[in-house]
Amino acid sequence: MTQLTTPPRPAVGLGTTRHLPAWAPYAALAVSAAFSGAVLALAGFNTAGWLVLTAVVFTVLLVSASRAVEGPRKATDRFVTSLVVGAFLLALIPLVSVAWTVVSNGAARFDVEFFTYSMRGIVGEGGGAAHAIAGTLIITAITTVISVPIGILTAVYLVEYGRGSVARTITFLVDVMTGIPSIVAGLFSVALFTLLLGPGVRLGIMGSVALCVLMIPVVVRSTEEILRLVPHELREASYALGVPKWRTVVKVVLRTSVAGIGTGVTLAIARVIGETAPLLVTLGVTSAINYNPFDGRMSTLPTFAWFSYATPTLPVEASIDRAWTAALVLVILVMLFNLIARIVSRAFSPKTR
Amino acid sequence: MSKRIDVSDLNIYYGDFLAVEGVSMAIEPRSVTAFIGPSGCGKSTFLRSLNRMHEVIPGARVEGKVVMDGQDLYGSDIDPVDVRRTVGMVFQRPNPFPTMSIAENVLAGARLNSKRMRKSEADDLVESSLQGANLWNEVKDRLDRPGAGLSGGQQQRLCIARAIAVKPQVLLMDEPCSALDPISTLAIEDLIQKLKSDYTIVIVTHNMQQASRVSDMTAFFNIAGTGKPGKLIEMSDTASIFSNPSQKATEDYVSGRFG
Ligand SMILES: Nc1ncnc2c1ncn2[C@@H]1O[C@H](COP(=O)(O)OP(=O)(O)O)[C@@H](O)[C@H]1O
Ligand SMILES: [Mg+2]
Repeated sequence: MTQLTTPPRPAVGLGTTRHLPAWAPYAALAVSAAFSGAVLALAGFNTAGWLVLTAVVFTVLLVSASRAVEGPRKATDRFVTSLVVGAFLLALIPLVSVAWTVVSNGAARFDVEFFTYSMRGIVGEGGGAAHAIAGTLIITAITTVISVPIGILTAVYLVEYGRGSVARTITFLVDVMTGIPSIVAGLFSVALFTLLLGPGVRLGIMGSVALCVLMIPVVVRSTEEILRLVPHELREASYALGVPKWRTVVKVVLRTSVAGIGTGVTLAIARVIGETAPLLVTLGVTSAINYNPFDGRMSTLPTFAWFSYATPTLPVEASIDRAWTAALVLVILVMLFNLIARIVSRAFSPKTR
Repeated sequence: MSKRIDVSDLNIYYGDFLAVEGVSMAIEPRSVTAFIGPSGCGKSTFLRSLNRMHEVIPGARVEGKVVMDGQDLYGSDIDPVDVRRTVGMVFQRPNPFPTMSIAENVLAGARLNSKRMRKSEADDLVESSLQGANLWNEVKDRLDRPGAGLSGGQQQRLCIARAIAVKPQVLLMDEPCSALDPISTLAIEDLIQKLKSDYTIVIVTHNMQQASRVSDMTAFFNIAGTGKPGKLIEMSDTASIFSNPSQKATEDYVSGRFG
């Protein structure tokens, strides 16, 4: 029989960890900003260089102070925190920059006339984008009405019913569609309508068909993901109550995931509402209001912005201003859609209290 | 109101895998039948084949007969949806519908089937089902709150209320207490005693005491090894399974020398 001896355990002291004071990061920031400013003042000051140098000096300063006082684990934590915050600020730069540029340049013509007048008969100053706003809303609405049912039904098939090679083929085709460049979708629509109606036609519905090619795979993909998140137990609970499968799909699966599907659809709308190239080849451009998507050319905000910018009339500033305001209106529209989708999905999402 | 089930020579498959082999048994009406046995011996699989929930899993199928009131549940003219309305089921994990309130959960069987119902009728059904599940007093003031906001034990009783609201003849329960604390477990055991006067109840349990407390008949399932099919070893009234079982394996299992 062997004698088991337990080695004496080292005393586990919880110790007293020392911390940097809460103001230390701010102090480090101030010091590194001043230091970098001073260094650059000698070599010739520029803002970008100053910001980058400040970030580097700040990180080095804070991490070494932390290492000295708090130990290596805390120092690593501070280092990674600095990296993450840095990456966040970096990602914020283009966002803020775009928002600021669009708002400041678009504000000049953000007036009532812009929303009430088209460009028909307008040369020079004044005029508006009523025709483009109407076009964008009509084209996007038609695209959504066509794409959402097709996309959701496809996703339901793939998740709830599809087995074997048919489902695999559809999944493959959806993948291929996701990768289609938007101009190719536009050319597809032109080719299709040229076969149907002869060459040279430009119709609103052609633009919608092109956008559908882009929107359907996005809706399928996002809906599929959401439907797969619905727990299998909920479907079984429904079957066990004697509810047929199709009612279970409609009233349990889709009902439970309606908030997520709504978010996916909103993202898909945001994806197509700013398309330009496929609409230029399918809709053409026009300066007059056209509410009929089955007859004649239509304008949309992106094509209007592009056209005003590419072919300005004198005075050039008036055209450029209109282009910026069109961009601003587009951004606002997308934000409005997002807001509405948020409110709707909040109303429908599962609750626990 | 409750029915007898006769199972003969039932083989249950997942694709090519034979999970349960050659089970024959009679389940008496107005009684509680407990299934015991080690994990993976096919208790859940067998239970789910009694209301045709088994075939919901892709590739799953069943051979043999399950006869209720002279009708083979697997007959070609039988609609599985009707079977599930007659033979209700409560699952291991409470699964109330997250988008529905407490009252809507109770009415789910009717609502999901778009059955028309007068308001007073619906209110009566909610009250009687929740009374039946011993939950009414706890939730009567918050029927319009979400069902997912209840405690685990309350959710499980809500699921029982939901199951009995469609007025089944038979109630299948797959380890209904395994996710619950002892007090909720007692509440459900009391409930089972009460329900047995109206329903045929079949319960799977891992808890030997629970089987001896609540059941009239006990069936012991066992498995020879992984990959082998589960089999019914013996079935008898609960007292004799626990005091003098006829099979050695049963005795080992109930006395805790196994599994
Ligand atoms: N969905 C499934 N697909 C394939 N095999 C399964 C599935 N569910 C259970 N099984 C298998 O069937 C056997 C019985 O499982 P189960 O009925 O869950 O046992 P128990 O409920 O007695 O623990 C096990 O071997 C298990 O691996
Ligand atoms: Mg089980």
